[in-house]
Amino acid sequence: MDIQTWTWILVGLTFSVYIGIAIWSRASSTGEFYVAGKGVHPIANGLATAADWMSAASFISMAGIISFGGYDGSVYLMGWTGGYVLLALLLAPYLRKFGKFTVPDFIGDRYYSNNARVVAVFCALLISFTYVAGQMQGVGIVFSRFLEVDITTGVLIGMVIVLFYAVLGGMKGITYTQVAQYCVLIFAFMVPAIFISIQMTGNPIPQIGFGSTGADGIYLLDKLDGLHRELGFNAYTSGSKSKVDVFFITAALMLGTAGLPHVIVRFFTVKKVSDARKSAGWALLFIAVLYTTAPAIALFARTNLIETVSEKKYSDMPEWFTKWETTGLIRFDDKNGDGLIQYVANKEKNELDVNRDIMVLANPEIANLPNWVIALVAAGGLAAALSTAAGLLLVISSSVSHDIIKKIINPSITDKGELIAARVSAFVGVCIAGYFGINPPGFVAAVVALAFGLAAASFFPAIVLGIFYKRMNKEGAIAGMISGILLMLFYMLKFKFGLFDGGKGVVAALSSDWWFGISPEGFGSIAMLVNFIVAITVSKFTSAPPESIQKLVDNIRIPSGAGEATH
Amino acid sequence: MHDLNQKKYWKENLKYLAILLSIWFLVSFVFGILLVDQLNTIAFGGFKLGFWFAQQGSIYVFVILIFVYVRLMNALDKKYKVED
Repeated sequence: MDIQTWTWILVGLTFSVYIGIAIWSRASSTGEFYVAGKGVHPIANGLATAADWMSAASFISMAGIISFGGYDGSVYLMGWTGGYVLLALLLAPYLRKFGKFTVPDFIGDRYYSNNARVVAVFCALLISFTYVAGQMQGVGIVFSRFLEVDITTGVLIGMVIVLFYAVLGGMKGITYTQVAQYCVLIFAFMVPAIFISIQMTGNPIPQIGFGSTGADGIYLLDKLDGLHRELGFNAYTSGSKSKVDVFFITAALMLGTAGLPHVIVRFFTVKKVSDARKSAGWALLFIAVLYTTAPAIALFARTNLIETVSEKKYSDMPEWFTKWETTGLIRFDDKNGDGLIQYVANKEKNELDVNRDIMVLANPEIANLPNWVIALVAAGGLAAALSTAAGLLLVISSSVSHDIIKKIINPSITDKGELIAARVSAFVGVCIAGYFGINPPGFVAAVVALAFGLAAASFFPAIVLGIFYKRMNKEGAIAGMISGILLMLFYMLKFKFGLFDGGKGVVAALSSDWWFGISPEGFGSIAMLVNFIVAITVSKFTSAPPESIQKLVDNIRIPSGAGEATH
Repeated sequence: MHDLNQKKYWKENLKYLAILLSIWFLVSFVFGILLVDQLNTIAFGGFKLGFWFAQQGSIYVFVILIFVYVRLMNALDKKYKVED
């Protein structure tokens, strides 16, 4: 069977599973819609969190980014996993004990202020919308590359599927579809990795193949370092970013991970505080399977690519080369007219341009794997994008129906009315996300990085101080969040968009002005520090929080007595 | 729960956090970033050690840290009778 047929079969099969789960797990109350009735098993929640967390970017782009960046790619590997240690130790158990439905719920109650709640809702919506647009775009890209339907149709199909299980099942439906989606995506990621690892090193475990020797008896990493030197690239194992920048980007990604509302809210769905800790461990274990495999794929793919193309005749290129050339993801321009491909660091002489996404999407073809494995990658990419999109949509809908409608506009709304509001806002959310997926604003990629910076600069300090610093009051928290966000926004607008210096064209030149040599991607760590300092200083000069709040903090610090969710 | 007991429980919890987070910082920020060049002079199988920490080792340690934390806290909850 050809790749197309296989892809339709696998995508169709996985989509029917998701729909089946949606019908089986309809939500009948707001408690089920927002937090799956708080009855999810910690391992199931770990699987769901892993799928929730690993987005289209993790699945499709990350291995490629590492492949081209070498050591520089480590910021994503450490940043997007290390955040779970912070989440497990500093946030998840306490927020579960607090026992409400959303992150703004915690901020609003702990800081006894609807103003704090509104600031939190604003941050949650901003973060989630920027993120979800990227996911829908990912769905469209997978459809168009593998199934040759246009991006719009692809996004529409994805929207219908997400609508079905997010609107019908809420968190309950999303949780169990995410469990299935994790299985699909990890299988799709691992099968090609294992095949390629065997081909290149004879070892079926990619994490070990990563440090093994190839057929010629030379360690793959040493060989690639050598190839890079010959072609003029930086050594694969040392990269090119400055140490300061690597440090702060890693920190910002970790802190942002721990502050992302769609991840935090997953820990509200388990039965007990001890389950919240446990499921953070399971989540990271399931994530680590992909995250420790990705750098191995990066190495295999990079070596394969260079050995296949470098100084080889263009006319001898294998079939996949021309296939991806027609999609524009590979571009060859024979500058010196010798019919050979020069793939070198020197921009003047380099003749080959390779899109980083190819490293995962085309890897199975490059390694000559069977058609069903190639088709599997499409199903996996879709699972990764849809699972993350659904988690984000839930944050969007609960922010509107619970935090705004129930808590601020109309507190007397019935549970049934709130459930309808939640479904309607999920529906509207899907439509907006779909619109941005079809008409992606040029700044999506840039803004996803902003989402991490914003989460680090706003939620992380507010929540941590709320738990660990009893004296923190509303004045301090609000001042901290606002100064953190504004500073982050200012830095991004200045150095990522060139807003104050004449537009995007000057962005590259501005990098010499970076404060302390820190790129906008890493600046979230600084904005977070500013948030902490402002919050603590302001709280010192204003009155202590009321007695009842100090009792609340005492209460969330111990696990006993965590009951059902209350409004 | 008695106030004094709760204070002790919280203190022990903070001590665990300090130890575990120091290890978290050490394997990622120190081994994987600050000292990466020094560690890269040491070979670890086919890896340079600093590079291995940055792309593999730190992640393994993160997973272990959380499960250690789970065990420590379960025992602590039991000791102070605050299990849920």
